[in-house]
Amino acid sequence: MAREFLENRLNVNRRHFLGKLSLGVGSVALGSLLIPDLFKSGDGEVTSSLGLPHFAPKAKRIIYLFQNGAPSQLESFDYKPTLNKMRGQDLPESVRQGQRLTGMTSNQKKFPLVGSYFKFQQHGHSGAWVSEMFPNIAGIADELCFIKTMHTEAINHDPALTFMQTGAQQGNRPSFGAWMSYGLGSENRNLPAFCVLLSRGRGNGQGVYSKLWTNGFLDSVHQGVQFSNSEEAVLYLNNPAGSDKQSRRQMLDKLGELNGMAFENFGDPEINARVQQYEMAYRMQTAVPELTDVSREPDHIVKMYGPECLIPGTYAANCLLARKLSEAGVRFVQLYHQGWDQHGNLTGEMPLQAKDVDRPSAALIRDLKQRGLLDETLVIWGGEFGRTNYCQGDLSDKNYGRDHHPRCFTIWLAGGGVKPGITYGETDEFGYNIVKDPVHVNDFHATALHLMGLDHERLTFKHLGRRYRLTDVAGKLVPGIMA
Amino acid sequence: MVARGILLILLVSGTLMLSSCGRQSSERLPDVVEYNFHIRPIISDRCFKCHGPDARQRKANLRLDTEDGLYAALKDNPDGRVIVPGEPDHSELYRRIASGDTAEVMPPPTSRLSLTDHEIKLIGKWISQGAKYQKHWAFIPPKPVIVPEISDRQWARNEIDRFIFEKLEEHGLSPSDEAGKELLLKRVSFDLTGLPPSLQRQESFLKNESADAYEKMVDSLLADKHFGERLALPWLDVARYADSHGYQDDGLRTMWPWRDWVIHAFNENYPFDKFVMWQLAGDLLPNPNREMLLATGFNRNHKITQEGGVIDEEYRVEYVTDRTNTFGKAFLALTLECAKCHDHKYDPISQKDYFSTFAFFNQVPEKGLVGDIMLNSMADPPKMYITKEDVDGILNFINRKQQFPVEVMIMKDSSVVRPTYLLVRGAYDNHGEIVHQGVPAAVLPFDTSAYPANRLGLAQWLLSKDNPLTARVFVNRIWQEFFGRGIVKTAGDFGMQGDLPSHPQLLDWLALDFMNNGWNIKRLVKQIVMSSTYRQSASTTETAREIDPENIWLSHAPRVRLTSESIKDLVLASSGLLTDEIGGPSVKPYQPPGIWEASTSGRGLSHYIQDHDEKLYRRGMYNFIKRTVPPPSMLMFDASSRDQCEVRRLRTNTPLQALVMMNDPMVLEGARVLSERIMMEKPAKDESIEKAFRLILCRNPNSKEKSALSVYYEGEVKRFREHPDQAAAFLQAGEYRHENMGDVPETAALMQVIHTIYNLDEAITK
Repeated sequence: MAREFLENRLNVNRRHFLGKLSLGVGSVALGSLLIPDLFKSGDGEVTSSLGLPHFAPKAKRIIYLFQNGAPSQLESFDYKPTLNKMRGQDLPESVRQGQRLTGMTSNQKKFPLVGSYFKFQQHGHSGAWVSEMFPNIAGIADELCFIKTMHTEAINHDPALTFMQTGAQQGNRPSFGAWMSYGLGSENRNLPAFCVLLSRGRGNGQGVYSKLWTNGFLDSVHQGVQFSNSEEAVLYLNNPAGSDKQSRRQMLDKLGELNGMAFENFGDPEINARVQQYEMAYRMQTAVPELTDVSREPDHIVKMYGPECLIPGTYAANCLLARKLSEAGVRFVQLYHQGWDQHGNLTGEMPLQAKDVDRPSAALIRDLKQRGLLDETLVIWGGEFGRTNYCQGDLSDKNYGRDHHPRCFTIWLAGGGVKPGITYGETDEFGYNIVKDPVHVNDFHATALHLMGLDHERLTFKHLGRRYRLTDVAGKLVPGIMA
Repeated sequence: MVARGILLILLVSGTLMLSSCGRQSSERLPDVVEYNFHIRPIISDRCFKCHGPDARQRKANLRLDTEDGLYAALKDNPDGRVIVPGEPDHSELYRRIASGDTAEVMPPPTSRLSLTDHEIKLIGKWISQGAKYQKHWAFIPPKPVIVPEISDRQWARNEIDRFIFEKLEEHGLSPSDEAGKELLLKRVSFDLTGLPPSLQRQESFLKNESADAYEKMVDSLLADKHFGERLALPWLDVARYADSHGYQDDGLRTMWPWRDWVIHAFNENYPFDKFVMWQLAGDLLPNPNREMLLATGFNRNHKITQEGGVIDEEYRVEYVTDRTNTFGKAFLALTLECAKCHDHKYDPISQKDYFSTFAFFNQVPEKGLVGDIMLNSMADPPKMYITKEDVDGILNFINRKQQFPVEVMIMKDSSVVRPTYLLVRGAYDNHGEIVHQGVPAAVLPFDTSAYPANRLGLAQWLLSKDNPLTARVFVNRIWQEFFGRGIVKTAGDFGMQGDLPSHPQLLDWLALDFMNNGWNIKRLVKQIVMSSTYRQSASTTETAREIDPENIWLSHAPRVRLTSESIKDLVLASSGLLTDEIGGPSVKPYQPPGIWEASTSGRGLSHYIQDHDEKLYRRGMYNFIKRTVPPPSMLMFDASSRDQCEVRRLRTNTPLQALVMMNDPMVLEGARVLSERIMMEKPAKDESIEKAFRLILCRNPNSKEKSALSVYYEGEVKRFREHPDQAAAFLQAGEYRHENMGDVPETAALMQVIHTIYNLDEAITK
């Protein structure tokens, strides 16, 4: 049965496709290219994922651990003792150079510098500086590539997040994961290529929203599929009460029979395509619950990620789930962890955030490594911008806050194709400006695509007359971080 | 050989997959090569980026988008010419595109663009034939067209058919027979009201054998109050209507009275020029009334930020940008936004043109950020309060089920003119020269002696009969609503990079006819649905699919999947659950738990509080749209997130859609209630299945279908008798009260059969 569907499906695709191309290329070759892409699309301007990378990829899959709200680089990975020495002194104009500030601090009379309340130490052979809030990440420092010189153009959360995730601050552009799904398709017939996992955090939160995993103008098969922590891991996945697997099978057979009659009548290939989508949905109903069930994970795994990994919806649980999805061939797993927006009470909130995130993040890297998957998986950890070196609001002995700072922030990468154990780029002693090797958001996207075997200038989609790219009109590769 | 084949595909697929209506196959060259239809699509796509309208990017001072540029002398060789008509070998352009030398060939390899052999030959032949230049088709105003004489006068009912038939014949195709009455009624009913025909309508239409039965039906559907809702829906996409402000905090807004007005305007058949004039400039008309003011809400439907700490001017500029871009896309089908940061790369729209158009929308007394979201009202100024008196008076079309007054955002111009600057690279704080109100002159110059330099003047310019785009663009979108595809497929881009019209003469004829008949929308719609073209059967033949897989030439009716909204409407109407009410605030139907809660910032609309009772059964177009988290099942069926102006929805076919149809309580509830209602009538088994079938698929089942469903029903009765717990659980779907206490296993089995019918491809296809 399944085989029949597949063959039928290929016929459908081939016909659609050749019709759209009007080109006398060998249909066999085309058909074989389409096999991986069982997610079928309708009549978008381009209807299928491109199927294959442009060149040999270093990584096959991405796990993006997005730290939403923008964790302070100054309390995590970008150590600036000068700020401690100059505590309370005003940010020199020679450093600020008239840069714009958000509406939250632009009216402050003074911009008192403040250094990290938390201690820093060097770790591993690489000697990476990591603050005491992140002991587990410190423990894998030699696996990581820290980029200290990320910079962005946006100064507020919404546009900055949107920029990091879609390559543009405004507009409904396809997200990073959607581009990946479009470019490379799915490795697993029973799972979507792009999955999204959310967790809330304990610090001051900023919203996330489905536009961040939108397909934009790409076909909606490239939309990120949001997993939830409720009993239903994927929206609308569970059979209704009173139905079980067997009755569903019968329903599907009946649908196949009746839809087949309609096909005889109308000859519309979309009908067969729909039958195929139902079959895929049916397979997902089995595959997803099996995958999201962490109860059978062995003790040593639970220990690595921490006991919270058994509580659905936590960051720890999502890290474990990310590993499982990725292992099963999901092309792009996108996590969002909220709570990193420390405008005030930084010393109260940030340790809570770090505690939730530190261990599972490190466990994910270790787990991928022990399974031999780290080499082919690119893991990304970071937020949407950095935080100011001066205090927002009152500076007290034990507490302070930091405003948004787009001019530099730190992210780290690990795994497929990335140089381990290095620090790339350098900020000034005030942690305000970049002095060496800046990496723009577009550069970061270009490089990540490159590691996936995609040329960011060739991964395009023509929409309303223009060939759009994840990197818009810019983006340079950063060879310094590539292995 | 196979490997080479694959390589070839990889190399060319990028370009090929994007090939548009002006498809060029590797077959023979056309006898007459035309600039507009054959050449410009190639050179626009592959050359204009560096040799087009954008002065800053122009290389070698060479431009290929103008007549002068094409025949110009070369910069470094004044004896040479870009093109010498009749002589490809003496034309530098041809020499360079045909060159085998990577240092010389154009486009250069670094551009990642290339021309195929066929394209090179086409250009060569065009030059040999004299290299005649033509102005871009869309900027030439439509001229009166002679309706073609065709051989089959029997088939053609109106002018549309004669244009369609001519092209069919040209492509070796012939039209299909008329659709059966049942499916025709289903089609026209969904197309004109967004709802399936009721059983009474089905029966009376099937019985009525008179020659004008169909026309009578069309007239009654056009007069139906749901017609306004049907045409309003695509307009809500165009106008990016939503129930929240957008951006990350995404609080509530109350623009629904404006939506009520749109429905009213379509129901009252406001001429399109009035419809547009009021929305663009109602406030600037002499002595504007309250209705005209309400209509201007169109330009305030854009997103508005409530994020603390944003820079006021950055967002104010963003709002003006949105209005400008929307104006370009909605009315002119031009990608104006491409000219915000630099001159347009393909179309004759300079950055100065962009900001001149921007200037019209830059006069609103507004702020980027009005205040703290916690204190924010549901409408930022300028706004109006709709009072009880309004609703009793001139605004009596507004749904009155809520408390008045209601605040709505409207347009207003400041008394002091705000200077508009060209923003260098589009950055809000990088002021260039001061610009004045104006438009892209290549479309139609803005006559300052005839039009005031404000939105009223802009609207008058737009609705001038000399404007080459306005009528074409709207007529094309209406066509798209009925045929699933516009005459210009890229309904949002009539520029150089857009697709060419498949039926240019028909488009022009429709546009002129529309303008000459008072921009009468219902008349236009009636013309379309009365045509033989529209009434064709959707069945296809292998040959037709081979020749025309996309059905561009319309040798049969397209089968088009229903919109997300219409799928809900189908379930509600066929099960009898539909709340038959027009307008009012949006409603919150069933939605999987936790979706808003997982995404919220904790401010704004953070908790989804589902509605109950009749609010659960309102049409899909009234579903509450929170911009940052739109209803997931709607997004899965390609509804717009209303983030920005959209003129065309995709139509995909995905596994997630299957999950929605199989497991969404809305669909299950419809199946349950319909089953209970039918069981209450205690019909014979076959009759009950048949009735459900007719309500949902709008036709009688044939004997094979009947027997397939009957066998299925028997099996399900057996299952539910053996597992009464399953029957009881299955019948719990939805909140609607239980209609009867008949035989539980039989009711559950019928519900299962009905649910299966809802899941058929045909159910959600018109």
